[in-house]
Amino acid sequence: MNEPIVNLNLAQEHGLSEEEYRKILDILGRTPTFTELGIFSVMWSEHCSYKNSIALLKTLPKKGQHLLVEAGEENAGLVDIGDGLAVAFKIESHNHPSAVEPYQGAATGVGGILRDIFTMGARPIAALNSLRFGSLKNARVRYLFDGVVKGIGDYGNCFGVPTVGGEIYFDDSYQGNPLVNAMAVGIVKHDRVATATVKNTGASVMIIGSSTGKDGIHGATFASEEISEASEEKRPQVQVGDPFTEKLLMEATLEMIKNDLIVGIQDMGAAGITCSTSEMTAKGGCGMEIELAKVPLREKNMTPYEIMLSESQERMLLVAQDGKEDEINAICEKWDLESEIIGQVTSGKNIVVKNNGETVADIPADVLVLGGGAPVYYRETKKPDYIDAAEAFDVNTIPKPNDYNSVLVSLLSSPNIASKEWVVQQYDHMVRSNTVNLPGSDAAVIRIKGIEKGLALKTDCNSRFVYLNPRTGTQIAVAESARNVVCSGGKPVAITNCLNFGNPYKPEIYWQFKEAIGGMSDACLALKTPVTGGNVSFYNENPMGAVYPTPVIGMLGILENMNHATTSFFKNENDMIVLLGENSGHVGGSEYLKLQLDKVTGACPALDLEFEARLQDCCLEAIQNGFVNSAHDTSEGGLAVALAECCFLNPKDNFGADITINETDRMDFILFGEDQSRVIVSLNSGDYGKLSSITEKHKVPNSVLGTVTSGNLKINALIDSNVNQLERAYRGSIGNEMDIEGNI
Amino acid sequence: MIAEIYITLKSGILDPQGKTVHHALENLGLENIEEVRMGKLIRLDFGSVSKEKALELGDEACKKLLANPVIEDYEIQIQSAGK
Repeated sequence: MNEPIVNLNLAQEHGLSEEEYRKILDILGRTPTFTELGIFSVMWSEHCSYKNSIALLKTLPKKGQHLLVEAGEENAGLVDIGDGLAVAFKIESHNHPSAVEPYQGAATGVGGILRDIFTMGARPIAALNSLRFGSLKNARVRYLFDGVVKGIGDYGNCFGVPTVGGEIYFDDSYQGNPLVNAMAVGIVKHDRVATATVKNTGASVMIIGSSTGKDGIHGATFASEEISEASEEKRPQVQVGDPFTEKLLMEATLEMIKNDLIVGIQDMGAAGITCSTSEMTAKGGCGMEIELAKVPLREKNMTPYEIMLSESQERMLLVAQDGKEDEINAICEKWDLESEIIGQVTSGKNIVVKNNGETVADIPADVLVLGGGAPVYYRETKKPDYIDAAEAFDVNTIPKPNDYNSVLVSLLSSPNIASKEWVVQQYDHMVRSNTVNLPGSDAAVIRIKGIEKGLALKTDCNSRFVYLNPRTGTQIAVAESARNVVCSGGKPVAITNCLNFGNPYKPEIYWQFKEAIGGMSDACLALKTPVTGGNVSFYNENPMGAVYPTPVIGMLGILENMNHATTSFFKNENDMIVLLGENSGHVGGSEYLKLQLDKVTGACPALDLEFEARLQDCCLEAIQNGFVNSAHDTSEGGLAVALAECCFLNPKDNFGADITINETDRMDFILFGEDQSRVIVSLNSGDYGKLSSITEKHKVPNSVLGTVTSGNLKINALIDSNVNQLERAYRGSIGNEMDIEGNI
Repeated sequence: MIAEIYITLKSGILDPQGKTVHHALENLGLENIEEVRMGKLIRLDFGSVSKEKALELGDEACKKLLANPVIEDYEIQIQSAGK
């Protein structure tokens, strides 16, 4: 076999630094083999080692009464929801593959996160997606958007998991580097939780699922580099997914766990066999010996290097209970999957890889993994210059609008605010028939058959706020996702996060990252929603610069009773409309400012976390008392947009509203500003006394805004709009953009 | 001139469709098939243009729309019309 000569040069081509290469020589006491170099390079890549983020991630709050597994211990977070059930959930990025091949990149992103869930023994019950693209005016962006949405839809639909929600934003900073973050949620009985830790010496190591091909070799290293012209050359790294095989793999996995056939199991994502073998053994403090000649291959002439690094999809590594190998094989045969014993757990500490009996790699497992010998770096930080400039922006330079009605229509048709129907219609959000609040609600609500409880799920991040103030902006991302869960009737219990940032070696980027982590800690402590895990994606850059810092929050909430499920839209004429919280007119970073001046600037809206926690407790208590007919968080586009949505989101009838708000000098700031900690509720006016006593108890201000009508949306003398026309602006916008000719 | 364009997945890329067909053929008793790879054939009739021109136009069509160069290869064969 002709393998390249291993030296510093080759190590650097693999993305390892000189310091890291010296460390490898030190650890091994010799020059690594080519296969070993490949193993180190993927395991020590940013994607697998979190080398530039782990020190800060460890500062996040991870303790909470509901948590069964702490962040980093297993493949996904695990939250106790009572009734002997637990929820496994996690969000993960697939940004770089999606930038190169949108359909397969997004599809395999969904596949990867689903495997993270069922590898814990949980059956996936819902998927969500958080997506970011450049402007839809750009043909390449439309191609990426179209491909990503189709990829997500096809994979989720074929697999049979409902895609119930998520968020989509468009901003020039994502041009050429879209963000595709996929979240999955699964449910598992406490006594059927599977682990990725193994200790049993002599137990068989098996690979099940698809056979191994040459696809995706070095995907993990690829995801740890900036996208450049050279990325074009790396195209064969893209993997093709097969959702039908994934479905079979899930059924087989769950059946093996149910029948207690396995000791431990781990899915193969980034860095394939390498990552799964080293992580499983490092956790258990044991060793493993595997024979590559046993691995079922899809192609002839694969080298040990390629087999170890292949990222072929729909594969699992498991360790069998003694004597259960035949039963495992039988289950795999039934589900039409490959299964093969490829090695044994050993009492040593090393991963020993053989190819037809010849040792091609022999490395202590512990030195490869995060938390073991993988490098940990603290990077230099520097506050970027743009922050102070943005804060100094004088909002009074924003011209007062002449026609508030046309501003409202423009905001409603802005792709960031407009209906995402064009997208969600391509997703099956009803499969498994448990979806109660559909996409377009504040948070998706899923029932769990057989018990009274339900789940509320939401992903959120307004990256403009994070860009303007990474700390407050990230607090807002946590607070808003929790507020959305509350508005849907759930109590926020835990988060998962997907941290999308630029190149960490740039001090300004690392400053953003550090501040964002600090903000997330603050908010998670205040709202009692610990971090259960997640994913970091650095190097989200294109030739124009980094993307906006985008720490996406995936929030899990529990509905104590499905009767608490609440939607955002008005239900009855003559209901009273009440605002919980206060208007203060923050327009920094708002969609309104972007619309008027085409700028993302100003100060990020203020957020008082202590008040936010009280507001959420107050809103949830009101909802649980059963008299709240609708609850809607005000976010992008501010109060006027939120009121318009309350009027036309009802699938049966459109309503109007007569609203009166105290006049100030800048009514545009009051109506379109994006102040935090506000919720619009509607209720029968006879119940206002009950609401007031609850708001008083929580010391939350409430103000009566007006009444639900069957006519126009009227706000003071400023807005008087036909609701059907507003709805058309809101619903048609993205579809119209996507129908533009030349969509390639 | 007619351009016959054969589009196939690059070698090494998983072909779920080919895998499914392979499996179905085996179930029908057709053994001894090592692998099935699926692709597509597209015929473009350019009328009376030169062979070189047809090749050039076919290539442009593949790059811009017909093939996905990230995961697919294409091959163009030019034939005289009326065949």
